[in-house]
Amino acid sequence: MNVLDFAHSFFADSARWHGYDGIPTRLLEHVGYSLEALAIAALIALPVGLIAGHLRRGGNALSMVATAGRALPSFGLLVLLFIWFGFGTLPVMVPLVVLAVPPILVTTYEAIQTVDPSPVDAARGMGMTEPRILFQVELPVALPVILGGLRTAAVQIVSTATIAAYVSFGGLGRYIIDGLYQKDYEKVVGGATLVAGLALVTLLVFWALSKLTVSPGVRRSG
Amino acid sequence: MIRIDSVTKRYSDGTVAVDRLSLDIPDRAITVLVGPSGCGKTTTLRMINRMVEPSEGSILLDGADIRQQPVNSLRRSMGYVIQNAGLFQHRTVIDNIITVPRLLGWSKGKARERAAELMERVGLDSSLAKRYPYQLSGGQQQRVGVARALAADPPVLLMDEPFSAVDPVVRKGLQDELLRIQDELGKTIVFVTHDIDEAVKLGTMVAVLRTGGHLAQFAPPAELLTAPADPFVEDFLGADRGIRRLSFFPSDALELETGPIVPLDADATRLTPRGGAPYLLVTDADGRPLGWGEPGALTAGAIDTGRLLSHGRPFRPGTDSLRTALDGAVLSPTGWAVAVDGEGRAVGVVSQAAIGEAIRTAHSEDRPEVTAAG
Repeated sequence: MNVLDFAHSFFADSARWHGYDGIPTRLLEHVGYSLEALAIAALIALPVGLIAGHLRRGGNALSMVATAGRALPSFGLLVLLFIWFGFGTLPVMVPLVVLAVPPILVTTYEAIQTVDPSPVDAARGMGMTEPRILFQVELPVALPVILGGLRTAAVQIVSTATIAAYVSFGGLGRYIIDGLYQKDYEKVVGGATLVAGLALVTLLVFWALSKLTVSPGVRRSG
Repeated sequence: MIRIDSVTKRYSDGTVAVDRLSLDIPDRAITVLVGPSGCGKTTTLRMINRMVEPSEGSILLDGADIRQQPVNSLRRSMGYVIQNAGLFQHRTVIDNIITVPRLLGWSKGKARERAAELMERVGLDSSLAKRYPYQLSGGQQQRVGVARALAADPPVLLMDEPFSAVDPVVRKGLQDELLRIQDELGKTIVFVTHDIDEAVKLGTMVAVLRTGGHLAQFAPPAELLTAPADPFVEDFLGADRGIRRLSFFPSDALELETGPIVPLDADATRLTPRGGAPYLLVTDADGRPLGWGEPGALTAGAIDTGRLLSHGRPFRPGTDSLRTALDGAVLSPTGWAVAVDGEGRAVGVVSQAAIGEAIRTAHSEDRPEVTAAG
């Protein structure tokens, strides 16, 4: 049997599509963890990146934080936190958030900080308040790059959220981990295919999002 | 009136950008701040809308210190135009223009109506309203920048090297347009440039600043060209200030000769030297100048227009200055300038010598009459 056969028999089995271990349930769990982690990471990284970028300071500190965040191994962090705090969502969320913060933080800061200074000067000279300058002048222009950072973070979260299964949580990781344990390679391949597919869908969602939110004036010149 | 009262700007590293500068900027006129880089002209401009705060001294707007009102309401009451226009690339032309009216709480409908009116005033076709800045040429972008600054009809307009980044032909167009708009609107304009020609052309008053933020001279442009205050100003004005000053003398006092003008189909009796000119100016059927010819070399009924001498650039008496007239005379190998009317028909000719006489007369009068430069 090759990989395609594994995948085929995994998806062809109608029993896979129902119940608490069925594909819809696991997919929803996986999307749920991913969205939650992305939302927390964005809530932390976006304001910091936006404000630091607007003030055009703090770049060195931010890149140090980002490098440190990237250096932490997600799996090691998961195991450590699990031993520390025991069963709960915390040991799952922390590694995912730590993984997602650096790309969002660094791209947001860079995107805002590198916005052409002359429209910003014009806006200030015309009497726009600082929050308006940030949200109405800098953010719309930086948006494609910021969305790129969020997209990178989201794809990394989707692929890494499989580790939640290690600490008895659900998600698509269940198939991979249980399959490996049970030597059920059909399950492993099926789970991996679903994760890869979800990552591609994530890319598609961000592509659509940037089509919808980025002004045509920016998309063309940026 | 904007009164700059012994203002100093000193930065924390000790650099002095502006040093005890005092300047009374007249209402409803264009005041140009000009000088080499590092003379503090942009800093001075930016202190008027508090983009830079002075270290010492004060700036009064109609008698009240500008620090008395909230900074953003001060800025909204002054149009601001910068180099490269600084347009918002994510907004269409019309949405760029309505920025300040929207900040002031105008309804979108009223603001857009106003924007459409302004686009026409600054010479932008209404079809451009929905375009994005990247779809415009540099000159068009700068027009949008001017329209945006005028949108809320502020009494004061601050312009920081607005035309420096466009090519000379477009720049001349924008300058002419600004003078025309100013004729209609009568704003109090403070205009920063490093280009002395631009300063002389646009300024009602010109403030020449020198490095270190000192005022070297504050005078109308004609006076600047006639009597530079010191060697720095004289040097900054350049080598041909005498010629440039002629821009301020009208050409209507020139005595034109009509004798030497002959039509293309002139008969032999007319092809003889007339007036003081050794040449005859041949015109086409509509009276437009074709070129100069020596009376002896012209054959009645069969004048070869290909062999005529060029007549330089014609000038329009009354509209053009002595500078244009002299230029026409210098350009023609005959040394004579051709005067034309609004339709381009030759109305007379005048020699270099006669122009020289007019220049001497004009110089002997107290002050040159200030007309449009050009």
